[in-house]
Amino acid sequence: MVGTEQAQAEHRAAQAAIAAAARGVTLRSVTKQYGAVTAVENINLEIAAGSYCCLLGPSGCGKTTTLRMIAGHEEISSGDVFIGDQRVNGLPAAQRNTAMVFQNYALFPHKTVWKNVEFGLKMRGIPAHERTERVDEMLDIVGLAQFADRRPHMLSGGQQQRVALARALVTRPQVLLLDEPLSALDESLRVKTRGELRKLQKQFGMTFIQVTHAQDEAFSLSDQIVVMDHGHIDQIGTPSAIFEEPASRFVAQFVGDNNLFDGRVLQGADQNLMAQIEVDGLGVFVGKGSSASVGVAATCCVRSDRLLLTPVNGTLPADYLNQVMARIISIEFTGYITRVSLMVEQTETEILYKARTTDWQTLALDEGEQVRLSWMPEHCSILLS
Amino acid sequence: MIKSWKAIAPYVLIAPQTLIFLLFLIFPIATIVVVSFWEFTGYSMTPAFTFDNYIGIFTSQVTLGTYLSTFRFVGLVWLFTLLIGFPVSYFLAFCIEDVRLQIILFLVCTVPFWTSNIIRMISWIPFLGREGILNNLLINIGVTDTPIDIFLFSDFAVVLAMVHLYTLFMIVPIFNSLMRIERSLIAAAEDAGASGLQVLKEVIVPLAFPGIAIGSIFVVTLTMGEFVTIRLMSGGQSASIGYLIRNQIGSLQYPLAAANAVILLMVTLVLIFAIMRLVDIRKEL
Repeated sequence: MVGTEQAQAEHRAAQAAIAAAARGVTLRSVTKQYGAVTAVENINLEIAAGSYCCLLGPSGCGKTTTLRMIAGHEEISSGDVFIGDQRVNGLPAAQRNTAMVFQNYALFPHKTVWKNVEFGLKMRGIPAHERTERVDEMLDIVGLAQFADRRPHMLSGGQQQRVALARALVTRPQVLLLDEPLSALDESLRVKTRGELRKLQKQFGMTFIQVTHAQDEAFSLSDQIVVMDHGHIDQIGTPSAIFEEPASRFVAQFVGDNNLFDGRVLQGADQNLMAQIEVDGLGVFVGKGSSASVGVAATCCVRSDRLLLTPVNGTLPADYLNQVMARIISIEFTGYITRVSLMVEQTETEILYKARTTDWQTLALDEGEQVRLSWMPEHCSILLS
Repeated sequence: MIKSWKAIAPYVLIAPQTLIFLLFLIFPIATIVVVSFWEFTGYSMTPAFTFDNYIGIFTSQVTLGTYLSTFRFVGLVWLFTLLIGFPVSYFLAFCIEDVRLQIILFLVCTVPFWTSNIIRMISWIPFLGREGILNNLLINIGVTDTPIDIFLFSDFAVVLAMVHLYTLFMIVPIFNSLMRIERSLIAAAEDAGASGLQVLKEVIVPLAFPGIAIGSIFVVTLTMGEFVTIRLMSGGQSASIGYLIRNQIGSLQYPLAAANAVILLMVTLVLIFAIMRLVDIRKEL
């Protein structure tokens, strides 16, 4: 028993050392151009050492290019990349103390699982006995010890993913870069692996930077989310900040479950007053937001779970200053939550309303009924388009 | 009626192919094997079952020397086609990113096949001969004072012509293998700290191995039976089993020629079998 305790202590010490070695990543005015096309334009980003950061955005938004520039697989057109205090612009991937988990894993098909994991250590000229020790330990951590002699194609998708992780982690990088690591897995496995990723990150304490197009993935994993679109950063924030207060129309739309009403600023916000926006056919809405000048195009954004649904003639609580009348189009039961699609008939504006199923059932409403939707100014933001 | 048709349909469908194989492959080979055991004299041959032909081959220093010479050509041609074919395929697959340029350069590799073998070999003569372009060039730039004889009608010329002819058979399968290598594997190897040479050794060559094997089969089988190129380019000075067989047929020694053919076939089959053991070729097709 003493032996295992000692081993555990050593193990903890080794991991503390890795955590202490974690480095942050800083991007300063980073731009990437492919000929005339600008993939990433003037990005500034600070990722704290030991944090889990997700680059979130639709395909083609530049998130993978950004990751590859940090990894050293893509040259930077202009700007600087720092890992810790070190500027790494010209350094080859191998000398950046980063490791990458590739999309579709890029496991060597002709090598066994063990040899795949060993690869990075072998290339770095680490002596054979230490390689054996570290590979065995890493395969234990990811729970693949019994598959050591198999070829990658004999493993399931989830197992291949763990081999890819082990191969990257075994070199003890200061920053781990993950390119859509979960996209090739099916839904239930994705949720499970998400938990494992977060656990590994906590265990090793190194900086994880992950590229993803799935907002639920980014929300559940990250300390920090970077929402990107068309080569720009739209918003940087904690998952709850992104969820509660999207900074742009794009973020609000991409994060999902937001109702967006496009209109024009009627009155900009100042210290005392909230902003007002006029939306054609729906009226005037009041919300938090910008001090833009009158007439500028803007969007009123309100989350589908912030809406209050009441009968047309019912009285409204005092704070619910914004309202629209809409007809229920369809009701979708998803379990705990019920999703209701509505439409404002004059303008054909679609609205999504979400409620706890138990709450919805007490309302006893049916498709085709006309209802009033209202929301508080504090719960809606006026975003410039 | 329909049911019975379904039962026999597969056999009917494979019948033509089977017949062609039987008639044009199995039957001739079987005939050769049978004839190789016949007796013959200078002017006649009689059906028999004798090992004299084989014993004659294995006890004749000249014939054994001819076998060795053939194997030497096969070895040299294989080595040079591989040494040229792999870098060319690598260049085509990894260094040329534009698909159209890739196709054009690939077609350039097929240029040796745009004319007949005989014409191609004859055109080597003004280039390699005593008064040829190469010798004149070497004399003019002062590398040598007297023309170098070994360029033409020599083993050098034989190997050169065959390498020229067969390198494409090495390029095509290796290129095919290289194109199947996922580019992310190379990035992953670099990410793990592999140098250019290590990427080549650890990732690219192992994954190109099936292509190398298929190319080797092509080159080995083609070179093994060669006699026209060897006859022409060596000026009749070098021998090969293919050439020997042709001569024996010319002097009506059919049983002897058949025995040589059987041995050559066996050697080739053993080589192919050995290569197939090394790689799973079906995966590549």
